[in-house]
Amino acid sequence: MKTNDIILQTTTKVVVFIIILFSIFIFFKGHYTPGGGFVGGLLTSGAIVLLLLAFDMKTVAEILPINYIYMTATGLLFAVGTAAGALFFNVPFLTHAFGDVYLPILGKTSLHTATIFDLGVFLVVVGVTMTIIQTIGGDE
Amino acid sequence: MEIVMAFVIGILFMSATYLMLSKSLLRIIVGTGLLSHGAHLLILTMGGLKRGTVPLLDEKASAYTDPIPQALILTAIVISFGVTAFFLVLAYRSYQELGTDNMERLRGTEGND
Amino acid sequence: MINFLILPILIPFLTGILLIFFAKNVSLSRWIAGISSFITIIVSALLVQKVRVDGIQTLDVSNWQAPFGITLVSDMLSALLVLTTSIILFTCVIYSFKTISKEQERFYYYSAMNFLAVGVIGAFTTGDIFNLFVFFEVLLMSSYVLLVHGGSKIQLRESLKYILVNVISSALFVITVAYLYSVVGTLNMAHISVRLSEIGESGIVTVIAVLFLIVFGLKGAIFPLYFWMPGSYYAPPAPILALFGALLTKVGVYSIMRTYTLFFLNDKDFTHQLLGILAIITVIVGVIGAIAYSNIKKIVIYNIIVAVGVILFGVAVMTPESLTGSVSYLIHDMIIKAALFLLIGIIIAITGTSDLRKISGLIKRYPGLGWTFFIAALALAGIPPLSGFIGKLLIVQEGFKEEHYWGAGIVLMSSLLVLFSIMKIFINGFWGTPQAYKDEEAVPVRKLLVAPVILVIISVLYGAGSEFVLPYISQAAETLSNPSIYIEAVLKE
Repeated sequence: MKTNDIILQTTTKVVVFIIILFSIFIFFKGHYTPGGGFVGGLLTSGAIVLLLLAFDMKTVAEILPINYIYMTATGLLFAVGTAAGALFFNVPFLTHAFGDVYLPILGKTSLHTATIFDLGVFLVVVGVTMTIIQTIGGDE
Repeated sequence: MEIVMAFVIGILFMSATYLMLSKSLLRIIVGTGLLSHGAHLLILTMGGLKRGTVPLLDEKASAYTDPIPQALILTAIVISFGVTAFFLVLAYRSYQELGTDNMERLRGTEGND
Repeated sequence: MINFLILPILIPFLTGILLIFFAKNVSLSRWIAGISSFITIIVSALLVQKVRVDGIQTLDVSNWQAPFGITLVSDMLSALLVLTTSIILFTCVIYSFKTISKEQERFYYYSAMNFLAVGVIGAFTTGDIFNLFVFFEVLLMSSYVLLVHGGSKIQLRESLKYILVNVISSALFVITVAYLYSVVGTLNMAHISVRLSEIGESGIVTVIAVLFLIVFGLKGAIFPLYFWMPGSYYAPPAPILALFGALLTKVGVYSIMRTYTLFFLNDKDFTHQLLGILAIITVIVGVIGAIAYSNIKKIVIYNIIVAVGVILFGVAVMTPESLTGSVSYLIHDMIIKAALFLLIGIIIAITGTSDLRKISGLIKRYPGLGWTFFIAALALAGIPPLSGFIGKLLIVQEGFKEEHYWGAGIVLMSSLLVLFSIMKIFINGFWGTPQAYKDEEAVPVRKLLVAPVILVIISVLYGAGSEFVLPYISQAAETLSNPSIYIEAVLKE
C-alpha cells in the first residue's frame, strides 16, 4: 500500500523533536510536581509511534536501532539498582538519598536518587510500549 | 456527587458485564477495560470525594485530599494497561493461529473422557 | 541486617532481569537460573531460622513508618512458604533443562519463571493489602507468559480464558480493597485488623469478607469458582504445570488464611461457616473429578482442588491445632503436588499420552520412576510415616472436637478416595503388561528423575521428621490464631 502522506511525514520530522523535548521536560518536572517517568515514557513512545505511522517500521528501525526488550531490562536494572542500593547502607529497601549540590551552570540543584529510579521507569515504559506495538504492528 | 459516581460506576460495570458475555473476543477485551475503569472510579469514590490541597506541601491549607486512593488508582491503571496490552497481543496471535475470535468455537474438551 | 527479608524477593528479581540479557545463551542462562534459585533456598532457610530465633521480621520499605508506608512482614508462616516456594522453583528449573526445548528456553523462559517466583514470594511476604494485589499481578503476568509459552493451539486457547478469569478477579480485588479502604481508611494489614476489631460486627465488613473469599477463591480454586482450573492447567508442559499447581492456587489459599485469621473475626458464625461449607463442597467436587477422569493430568489437577478444600476446612474450624494442621498440610501439599506433576510429566514424555488406558507396565522398564511415584502417591493420601499425615490428622481431629462431624467425616473419607484415584494411576499405568512406546528412547528418565526425587525425599523427611518440624509449624499457627502477635510486631506498640 502506497499513500501520499508527504504532509504527515514533513510535520512528523519537526513534531517528534518537540514531543521528545516535552517528554524530557515532563520527566524532570516530576521531581516535585506532577509528571515523572511514566508520563514522560508514554510521551516518548508516542513520538516513536508517530514516526512509525509516518514512515514504516524498517526506516524507524534504521533511525533508532534499539532492542526494546533490552531497554526494558536496563530500566528494570536502574530501578531495582537504586532500590537495592539502600542495602549497602543498611537502611530499609527503597530508601532514597537526596541533597542540594552546587553545579557549575545550573547553580543550586537538588539531586535525588529517585531520579535514577524514575529514569528506570521511563526506560521500562518506553521499552514495554514499543515492544507491544512492534509485536502487533510487526506483520501485515 | 457520590450518587452520580455510583450511577456512573454501575453503568460501567453493567456495560462491562454485557460486553464480556458476548462471543466476540474483542468485545470481551473492551469489556475488561470498562470493568477496570469502573473499579478505578470506585476507589476514587470510596476514598471520599472532597476538595482540598495537596497534602504536606502547604501547611496552612484548611483541607487536604487523601492521596492514597489516587496512588492506588495510578498503580491499578498501569497494571490494567499492561494486562490489556498483553491480552490484545494474545488475542491477535490466537486469531492468527486458531482462525477464529468466536468464543463459542474456542471450547476445549481434551482429556475429558 | 535489617533488609534480610527482602532478599528472597530481590534475588529472583535480579536474576529475572539478568536473564533477559543472557536469554540467547541457553547454557549460561541455565547456570544462572539454577545457581540463583539455589541461593534463594539458602537465604530463605536462613530467614526461617532468623524468624524462629528472633520472632517476626518486619521491614518498613523506604523508611516510612508502619501504618503509613508499605511494610513487608515475615512471620513463620510466610517464611516457611517462601522456603517451600524457592525449593519448588529450584526443582522446576533443573527439571526444565531436559524438558523444555532450546528454542523455548531462549524465549525468556527462565526470566518468566523467576518473575513468577518474585510474585509468589512477594505475596507471601507483604504486609500491605494493596501491595498484595500488586504482587498478585506480578505473578499473574508471569503466569500468562508461561501459560502461552510455546504457543501451541491449546495453550493459546486456554490462556485466553485464564486471562479473562484473572482480569475479572483482579478487578474484584481492586473493588474489594476500595470498600475496605472506605471502611477502615488504611491498607496496612495489621492496622486493618486493629481498626476492624474496633468497628465490631457490621454488615459491610461481612460483605467485604465474602468479596475477599470470592477474589481469593477464584485464584485458589474453591467451589464454585474452580471451573477454570482443569481446562487451563491441562494446557502447559509439566514443569510449568508443576509451578502453577504447587504455587498459584496456594497463594490464593494463603491469602484466605491470612485475611480470615487476621481481619474477619467478628462475624465468625457467618463468614467462617460459609468458608467451612464451601471447603467441604470443594473437597467433594475435587474427589468426584479425581475419580471420574482417566487422564493422569486431570486426576492430579482435581487432587489440587481436594487439597485446597482440606486446608480451608482447617482454617474454617479456627482452633490453634486445626490451624497447625492446615499450615502443615499446605506445605506438604505444595511439595508433593510439584513432585507428582513432575513425575506425570516423565510418564507423558515416555508414553506420549496422558490417557491412562493407553499406558501400562511402566514399572518393569522404569523401576525408579515407579517407586518414586508410589511413595509420592502414598504421601499425597497421608499414609502415616509420610508427610500429609500430621496435617490431616490435626484437621480431622479438631473438626470432630468442634462438632463439625459432617465436615471432618468427609475430609477423612476423601483421603481414601484420593488414595484410590492416585492408585488408579499406579495400578493401571505401572502394573500390567509392559509395552513399547514410540519415542521412549529419547527420554533421559534418570536425569529427569532428579528433581522429583529431591522433592519426594524432602516430603519423606518432612513427614518422618515431624518431631523436628512441628515447632516451626506451631509457631506459624500461633501467629495465625493469635493476631495480636502479628499486630504488635508490625505496629511496634
